[in-house]
Amino acid sequence: MTTERTNPSRRVGLFVTCLADLFRPSVAFAAIKLLERAGCKVEVPPKQVCCGQPAFSNGAFDDARAVARGVIEAFSSFDYVVAPSGSCMGTLRHGYPELFADDPAWRESARALAARAYELTSFLVDVLGVQEVDARLDAKATYHDSCAGLRELGVKQQPRRLLASVKGLRLEEMEGTADCCGFGGTFCVKYPEISSKLVTDKVGHITASGAEMVLGGDLGCLLNIAGRLRRLGKSTRVYHVAEVLAGMSDVPGVGDGESS
Amino acid sequence: MHGTTQEFKQNARIALKDVTLQTALGGLSSGLVARRAKAVGALPEFESLREEARRTKDHILENLDHYLERYEAAVVQAGGIVHWARDAEEGARIVVEICRNAGAKSVTRGKSMVGEEIGVCEALEKAGMRVVETDLGEYIIQLAHEPPSHIIVPAVHKTRAQVAELFAAAHEPRGIRGERKEVADLVNEARGVLRDEFFRAEVGITGANFLIAETGSNIIVTNEGNGDLTSTLARVHIVTAGIERVVPTLEDATLFLRLLARSATGQASETYTTLHTGPRRPTDLDGPHAYHVVLVDNGRSRVLGGEFRDMLRCIRCGACMNHCPVYGAVGGHAYGWVYPGPMGAVLTPLFVGLDTTRDLPNACTLNGHCAEVCPVKIPLPDLLRRLRKRQFDAKLAPPAVRWGIGLWAQLARRPALYRFVTGAAIRLLSVFGRRRGRFASLPLAGGWTSVRDLPAPQGETFFSAWRRQGGTR
Repeated sequence: MTTERTNPSRRVGLFVTCLADLFRPSVAFAAIKLLERAGCKVEVPPKQVCCGQPAFSNGAFDDARAVARGVIEAFSSFDYVVAPSGSCMGTLRHGYPELFADDPAWRESARALAARAYELTSFLVDVLGVQEVDARLDAKATYHDSCAGLRELGVKQQPRRLLASVKGLRLEEMEGTADCCGFGGTFCVKYPEISSKLVTDKVGHITASGAEMVLGGDLGCLLNIAGRLRRLGKSTRVYHVAEVLAGMSDVPGVGDGESS
Repeated sequence: MHGTTQEFKQNARIALKDVTLQTALGGLSSGLVARRAKAVGALPEFESLREEARRTKDHILENLDHYLERYEAAVVQAGGIVHWARDAEEGARIVVEICRNAGAKSVTRGKSMVGEEIGVCEALEKAGMRVVETDLGEYIIQLAHEPPSHIIVPAVHKTRAQVAELFAAAHEPRGIRGERKEVADLVNEARGVLRDEFFRAEVGITGANFLIAETGSNIIVTNEGNGDLTSTLARVHIVTAGIERVVPTLEDATLFLRLLARSATGQASETYTTLHTGPRRPTDLDGPHAYHVVLVDNGRSRVLGGEFRDMLRCIRCGACMNHCPVYGAVGGHAYGWVYPGPMGAVLTPLFVGLDTTRDLPNACTLNGHCAEVCPVKIPLPDLLRRLRKRQFDAKLAPPAVRWGIGLWAQLARRPALYRFVTGAAIRLLSVFGRRRGRFASLPLAGGWTSVRDLPAPQGETFFSAWRRQGGTR
C-alpha cells in the first residue's frame, strides 16, 4: 500500500456486521488487515451487535432506534466507523438521521455518526486514497454490485479499482451487474418465489460471464447468491471482496465446506 | 376498480409460472430501460432538470389550492366547466351524467389512469353506453377483458401472438380480415377499426398529463394520436384528472414534458403533445362543443397533508416499474389494483387502505433503483418503509414478523446475552455444516432453504475468536 503507517487521526471503529460475525469472521479479519495496512488504528468496540436494519426495514422503528442507540454509543468516540458492508453503512448514513429526525436528544449524534460512516472499499479509496493492495489471486472473477452500497453510498468503482491491483486477478463484468440479487433482507424469506426468480437471473449472468469466482461487498447478497449457485449445482466460488483484497481468500468460499 | 390486492402472493406465484407472461416481461428491460438510458445519457442537464422538477412540484403542492383555483377560473374563462369529485364514485357519477346529458350512446376513451382509478368504463357500461378504448394497448386489454398491467404500456404483458388472437376473435365476425403477422399489421388493423369509432362517438374522454393554471389548458401526450381524435371529433370532451396534475405555467409544463418522455419511453418528446383549451370557439373549424374537466381528489388531499406528500410529485412515467426487479418478475396484474410497481405499492395503500394491501409495501427488496430513475426524485423506498412502519404500528404485519423482530431486538440490545446465544447457535451450526459448507434444509429456515442452500458458518463467531485471541488478529 502506498499510504504511510499509523496516523493517529485515523482511529477507526470496525463495525463487524452481524453476518460477518456469525457466518464469516474471515471478512472482518480481512477488513482489519486492510485498514491497518492503510495506516489506521483499528478497534472493534465490543458492545456492537447489529445496525438495526432488520427492524428498520420491517417498519419496527422503535426497535430499530433502540438498537441504533447502542451503535451510536459504541462508536461515538471514533473518527470513523467502517464496515465490510454497504447495506449496514447505508443504514447508518441514511437510516439513522431519519430515525432520529424528531428526537432532539439523539438527532445530532445520529447525524454525526452518519457523516463518519463508510463502507470499507469506499473508505480505503475515497478517504484514505489507497490506490493498490498487496495481494495475489490467480482467477477470473466477476463483481456483483450490492444495491445499498451502489445506490445509497455510490460504491461502484472503488472495489474495482482495488481489485485491478490484485496480481493474477482478471475481472470479467457480467450482464446486469447492478441488478438486485433478490436478497433484500427479510424479503428473501417472505417472498421466496420472487426472490428465487431474481437470484436465478443473477446466477445466470454470473455463470454466463465465464468467471470462476464471484465477488461482492455485502454478505447478505453473497449468502443468497452462493446458496442459489449450490442449489443449482454450480461450482462458481463466492468471496467477499475484502478477503481477496487482503490476500485471505485461501479459506473455503461462501457455501463451500472443508471437503469441497 | 375492484382489486385483488389481498391476493398478491397468489397472483405473484401464478405470474412467475406463466411462461407467456415471463416472455412478455423479458422484453421490458431490454426495451424501455435501454431506451431511457440512451435518452438520458444524451441530455447532460437531465440531473439538474430532475432537481428543478422536484422543487417545482414541491412548490405546487405547497400552494395546490391556489393553483387549482386559478386553473378553474381559467377553464371557465375559456368556456369550459370544472367538476370536483371527492372520491371515485362521485367522479364516475359526474362522467356518466355528462355523457347522459349529451345523449351519448357511444363513448371513446383515451388512456387515463385516473379513469381506471374511478372506474369510468364500468360506470358507463352499467349506464348502458358503449365504451371504446382508443389507445392501442388499452384497446387490446379491453378485448381481453383485463385491466392494464402498466401505466404507460397497458398491454405490456401480452405477446404479439396473443394480440393477433384477440384481434381475430373480435374482428373476424365483423368481416375484418388481416395478416396479423407483424406488429405493423396489427397496428393498421386497429387503426381501421378505431377510425370508425372516433366518428361514431358522441363523447370523448381523455386524461391529462398536465393542467395549466395560467391558461386553463390540459396537455395530453400520446404516440398514437388517438387522444387528439378522441378529444376533437366527439361533440363533448371530458378530461378526467387528479388534482395534483396542475402546474402553474406552460413553461413549467415544458420542463416536465422533457422529463416525462425520456423517463417513460426514452423519447426526446412523445409523438403528439396536444393542448386543449376550452370548447370550440366560434372561429374554430373543429373541436368539441362542450369541454368538461372532472378533477378527482379520491384521497389526494389527505396524502397532501401527511408524510407521503412526496408521492404526489409523480408524473406517471412508469420508469420506477420498468426498473423494478419485482415488477419485472411478476408483472403489473399481481399488484391487484390500478397502479402497479413501486409507485403503485405506495399509492394503492394510501388510496384504498393499509389492511387490504399488506403485501404491496413489503414485496420490495429496497434496492433503490426506482428512486434512482424517478424524474421527480420521489424517495420511493423511504415511503415504502414508512408504510411498513404504519403496518407495524397498526399490528397489520404478520405475527411471525412482529414477534420475530421484537425478540431479535430484545437480544440485539443486550450484547453479552446476544453473544452467548448466537455463539452457541453458530457453534452448533458449524459442527453440522462445516464439512459440506452448506445446508439443503434446516428447521425454521424454510423460507430460505425452499429455493437456496444456506451457507454454513465458518466456525466460531468473530467475537468469540476475537476474544479468544485477546483482541488481536
